[in-house]
Amino acid sequence: MTAPKTLDAQALRADFPIFEQRFHGKPLAYLDSAASSQKPRQMLDAMTRFYETSYANVHRGVYELAERATEALEHARERCRAFVNAPAAHEVIFVRNATEAINLVAYAWGLENLGPGDVVLVTELEHHANFVPWQFIARKTGAEFRMLPVEPDGTLHLDELDQLAGDAKVKVVATGYVSNVLGGANDISRIAAWVHERGAIHVCDAAQAAPHRRVDVQALGSDFVAVSGHKMCGPSGIGFLWGKSDLLRAMPPFLTGGHMIRRVREDETTWGELPHKFEAGTAPMAEAVGLAAAIDYLEAVGLEAIEQHEHELVAHALDRLAEIPGVTTWGPPPERRAGIVSFDVDGVHPHDVAQILDLDGVAIRAGHHCCQPLMTRLGVAATNRASFYLYTLPEEIDRLADGLLKVKKTFGV
Amino acid sequence: MSEFDQLYREVILDHYKNPRGHGVLDDADAVAEGQNPLCGDEVTVSVRFAGDGETIDEVGFEGRGCAISQAATSMLTELVKGRKAADVATLPKEELLDEIGIPLTPVRMKCAILGLGVLKVALHRSKGTPLPDEWQGLDFS
Repeated sequence: MTAPKTLDAQALRADFPIFEQRFHGKPLAYLDSAASSQKPRQMLDAMTRFYETSYANVHRGVYELAERATEALEHARERCRAFVNAPAAHEVIFVRNATEAINLVAYAWGLENLGPGDVVLVTELEHHANFVPWQFIARKTGAEFRMLPVEPDGTLHLDELDQLAGDAKVKVVATGYVSNVLGGANDISRIAAWVHERGAIHVCDAAQAAPHRRVDVQALGSDFVAVSGHKMCGPSGIGFLWGKSDLLRAMPPFLTGGHMIRRVREDETTWGELPHKFEAGTAPMAEAVGLAAAIDYLEAVGLEAIEQHEHELVAHALDRLAEIPGVTTWGPPPERRAGIVSFDVDGVHPHDVAQILDLDGVAIRAGHHCCQPLMTRLGVAATNRASFYLYTLPEEIDRLADGLLKVKKTFGV
Repeated sequence: MSEFDQLYREVILDHYKNPRGHGVLDDADAVAEGQNPLCGDEVTVSVRFAGDGETIDEVGFEGRGCAISQAATSMLTELVKGRKAADVATLPKEELLDEIGIPLTPVRMKCAILGLGVLKVALHRSKGTPLPDEWQGLDFS
């Protein structure tokens, strides 16, 4: 038996040019990877190389350069397919980000399949990206919008699903995989199984899961899975939607225009094959190449090693924060969460906490994290959030803890 | 002075811990509330006019927010008391920013002027005058 793979965060940091800078005279302790991750040189180089050697519009020209660009884009699609263990590459649709992926499903599937008497179900834990589109489309179609409550530690009341649904015609259930505020992972396969028993479809927001743990769309059992590139060492402006072929084929397009058509006549336009039907306009080509390089990078480090590293960092962070009186943390135990810790400093607003930490080069997020329903449940307007990734060091968490003592001193709490 | 000392000046912390004009007035002539969508902070500002119906006699505020936004709104209540509603409705934000006297990034600027924007909404609404474009983002009512 081989030993489980581990990672050396200190060594990996050399791959990230951002850490060569100092902020307020201090090395950067970047504890905001859940908002967006930093970028390894390997990914940046892949994008530059593509622009310098293989750039032309894809799926158009017959000249060699255009063929090369097309091959790069389709190679990236295949890389994404393998990353989430999807059955087929044509089920991988490139979009700008997970938000666009979810909007694609909400509009293209939702407008066609929802109406009065139908129920759209989300959870209180959702990021606005997986909440607002469903609320909006439900309003538009006359469907009913319902929300499954969550415990303050992030536990969803899955045993209340039956009661919440009642005899209603549940058509779609949208849930996140990993909470961007509390870090806990939800039991997606259990939710998806319940959803399918009800004859509904399941949409999984995996934006916060894919960077931190292995996402296997077949094991999850969802019908649609949304992934963002920028949180997993990829460039901004690209993500992908995976969807089941039969559902994608039955859906009308989301955005229309160039590239997504089969034939255009004055009286009628017919749609192209998957994935092209959902990829109107010029594709984010260099971004797709960058995303593929990011996946190569993550696979080389090892998703399992990343997950383990984050568990250790969360355990360390919870220990350090527990030593500080007046600091409250939310969320499940370390072994059940990605590298995310939300906390409150009694008597000090998160903006002030984040501002004072910044002056010591410690970057955390302060705010509602695009999760206002969850903030309401926690009884706060905002939280502090420290989030970790493969390049995070335990010493950076120590700097966070030291900074919090300074915050408390400043405010006399 | 270090960046830290500049930002969390004693006067800011004092206004934050002991806010002036705290609490919404019972018999207000003008009232408005606003949010900072970036952070979810909220503030309600209420105004009572003197017998002439023009002079600001009392200002009260309530809300939740960071030290900058709460201190700025507290300072604002002192700044505008005794002034004419029409003057305050057109008060340039620089006057308040001078009073606050700390360097502000664009993000923190929104914290600092939230209370002023909400006060302007209240005053324009009560006088039936249009809110200038610059402040439109705050009028969610």
